[in-house]
Amino acid sequence: SQMRSLKTFQRAFSTRDWAFKPTFTPEFTTHRYEKSMPAFRVMDQEGNILCKEFENIEKDQLIDFYKLMRKLNVTDTVFNISQRQNRVSFYMTSWGEEAEVIGSTAAIKFEDMVYPQYREQGGLMFRGFSIQDMAHQLFGNKNESGKGRQMPVHYGDKDKNWMTVSSPLGTQVPQAAGAGYHYRIRGEDKICMVYFGDGSASEGDSLTALNFAATLKCQTLFFCRNNLYAISTPADDQFAGDGIAPRGPAFNIPTIRVDGNDLFAVYNATKIARDIIVKEKGPVLIESLSYRVGDHSTSDFSKMYRDEEEMKKWENYLPIISDPILRLHKYIEKNNLIQDLEKVEKEWDDEVRKEVMKALTVAEKEKKAKISDLFLGVYHDKPLHLQEQEKELFDHLEKYGSEYGLKDYEAEQFA
Amino acid sequence: GRLWGGTSHCFVVTTRWGLQVHAGRQVLRQYAAAAAATPSTASPQGERKKMNLFTAINDALRIALETDANACVFGEDVGFGGVFRCTVGLQEQFGDQRVFNTPLCEQGIAGFAVGMAAVGATAIAEIQFADYIFPAFDQIVNEAAKYRYRSGNQYDCGGLTIRSPCGAVGHGGHYHSQSPEAYFAHTPGLKIVMPRTPVQAKGLLLASIRDPNPVLFMEPKALYRAAVEDVPVGDYTLPLGVGQIVQEGSDVTLVGWGAQVNVLMNASEMAAELGISCEVIDLCTILPWDRDLVANSVRKTGRLVISHEAPKTSGFAAEVAATIQNCCFLSLEAPIQRVCGYDTPFPLIFEKYYVPNAYKNLEAIKSVMEA
Repeated sequence: SQMRSLKTFQRAFSTRDWAFKPTFTPEFTTHRYEKSMPAFRVMDQEGNILCKEFENIEKDQLIDFYKLMRKLNVTDTVFNISQRQNRVSFYMTSWGEEAEVIGSTAAIKFEDMVYPQYREQGGLMFRGFSIQDMAHQLFGNKNESGKGRQMPVHYGDKDKNWMTVSSPLGTQVPQAAGAGYHYRIRGEDKICMVYFGDGSASEGDSLTALNFAATLKCQTLFFCRNNLYAISTPADDQFAGDGIAPRGPAFNIPTIRVDGNDLFAVYNATKIARDIIVKEKGPVLIESLSYRVGDHSTSDFSKMYRDEEEMKKWENYLPIISDPILRLHKYIEKNNLIQDLEKVEKEWDDEVRKEVMKALTVAEKEKKAKISDLFLGVYHDKPLHLQEQEKELFDHLEKYGSEYGLKDYEAEQFA
Repeated sequence: GRLWGGTSHCFVVTTRWGLQVHAGRQVLRQYAAAAAATPSTASPQGERKKMNLFTAINDALRIALETDANACVFGEDVGFGGVFRCTVGLQEQFGDQRVFNTPLCEQGIAGFAVGMAAVGATAIAEIQFADYIFPAFDQIVNEAAKYRYRSGNQYDCGGLTIRSPCGAVGHGGHYHSQSPEAYFAHTPGLKIVMPRTPVQAKGLLLASIRDPNPVLFMEPKALYRAAVEDVPVGDYTLPLGVGQIVQEGSDVTLVGWGAQVNVLMNASEMAAELGISCEVIDLCTILPWDRDLVANSVRKTGRLVISHEAPKTSGFAAEVAATIQNCCFLSLEAPIQRVCGYDTPFPLIFEKYYVPNAYKNLEAIKSVMEA
């Protein structure tokens, strides 16, 4: 048993040292945090490039990214309005985080698994989820892959390696560690990227996931979107430390802090992070600094807590990180990448608006799944008690069906 | 022979069925002896070897790791063999990438296991004591159980099995004795299995691991050493969702699970001396439970006693009682009795008074007969 305890210090597989190597000193120190970790940026808020070596996105690809960022923004706007019009029951915009989400998803491979939190629809759109797909999910109709089981914006698409969103916060973070572990021991050069916000980063699940991923060596990219608000809770009520980035080195995880509103920075940082993961076979933490421009959701009215007094907190910070679409617009304009930029932008936006309106109309008309679908998928099959409960409901609907608006659901015989 | 109450001796008892019980200090309780007295009724064929509950579990884990390249076994202290020896030898045989210690965090273990299962691994996680499963409750209830349903069947946690020792052990007190099955039985999407004998443990664990649904496998820790029998050495499974009639009878149906079934057997022996014939049922799977097996028995006997260590209020006996009174009302000769732990935290010095022992069950049996 003495021999066995030595085993804990041996690893069959170690490309990173155990950081615990204390030396001893008579010099007494209480360690206090001294300097905030700087955030990497390539492009300033005026669209000027600060380091040419990272101005490395091909023109066509950059324009595609920009177009998608605008598409995301307009899509969010129209869907948000559709909730105010009572067409859709709930929505969450990602205004201000377009570069962060698109830049990061674009930088990893399609085969890499992504675990979203709930504000990363831009990444899913990058992978090919259409506006129509989104509209179907918002209405929870029968065409939606989640079959209307969950609230709007709880997207999931296995074909696009995009995990289904779930409302409990932070639960996805240790799950991504587990997925990354499986990829490593199966010898796959895949990673699992997981998004989580500044608020979710406080959850026990998130903190423990960092420790698990570092200790067990998981091919997991932890991408924290620090957008300064968790519903109404500002970041200075969320943590006292220097944000999320310092937690990485504490667990011996290579960490990158990045300007989340700089597409070049996010794209490059994520690409480099992925390379580190595949090479070192361990996790990386990215903290991306951004700002949640919109309300938390359509159930939130952020003016209530983001009044003049509150906004004074960020009066030096916000102008520096400024809007990702505006920054890229300035860059594109400065570099003449698109002729008649404003005209082109307007055309794009109009087209997207039309597409969203159409998608809403189509999705609205579609039926919801059959009533029997209520009982499917609890288990891989339908156990006896669920068969009986289904029959109970069917018997009930035979009598009372007219009270229930059955016409909105795919037709089904209850007898 | 029969043993009464807890003592601090260590000795071997040969029961009337010829099985030997090796009973350690403070683990001598009525049901420890009765464990040896109630062999499995489902018995696959083939060469057999004497195993106790933890060696049978160990054997099942070994077979799972041998037959499934995607399987991993992990949790706190799993590497050196586990605090109950269930994982002895596995790390040596399969390496420390498939059998490994995790950091000390149940919510992390569960979340990590869910994520592994979600991408196709067979994740066999251990929670060291069921008393500590509560930090993992969110991952189990909100995530694992709902993975398939909420994703419209795109994703699932079928590859997830969580094993955890549960139940009274003689000296465990509040936090080494709990039986939390009722909390989880309230969660659609989960399966909950509790073996009683080594043959059951191996077959049910292999079935649980291979079942395409997330399964909580609760292991009655008092039986780890106390339950011994000849177990088939090969690969076999026993069906989930199927209860076992451990003893046929005609006057009253006794229902329990895990170690409590042995207490019921003890009580039935005492009842037999009074001329009462008890039919004893081991549910084996708590969710989904074998309602028809119990219902058919109650239609025959007209009387039902359900017994579990967990506190009475909202314990799983409440589910069984409500369901059986609904489907067997006209067959019932007497109210359904529940003989359970009291509605208190599990006490240390009062354990003997707290647990639903054979005497309390005998009184319940008598009361349904006299009704």
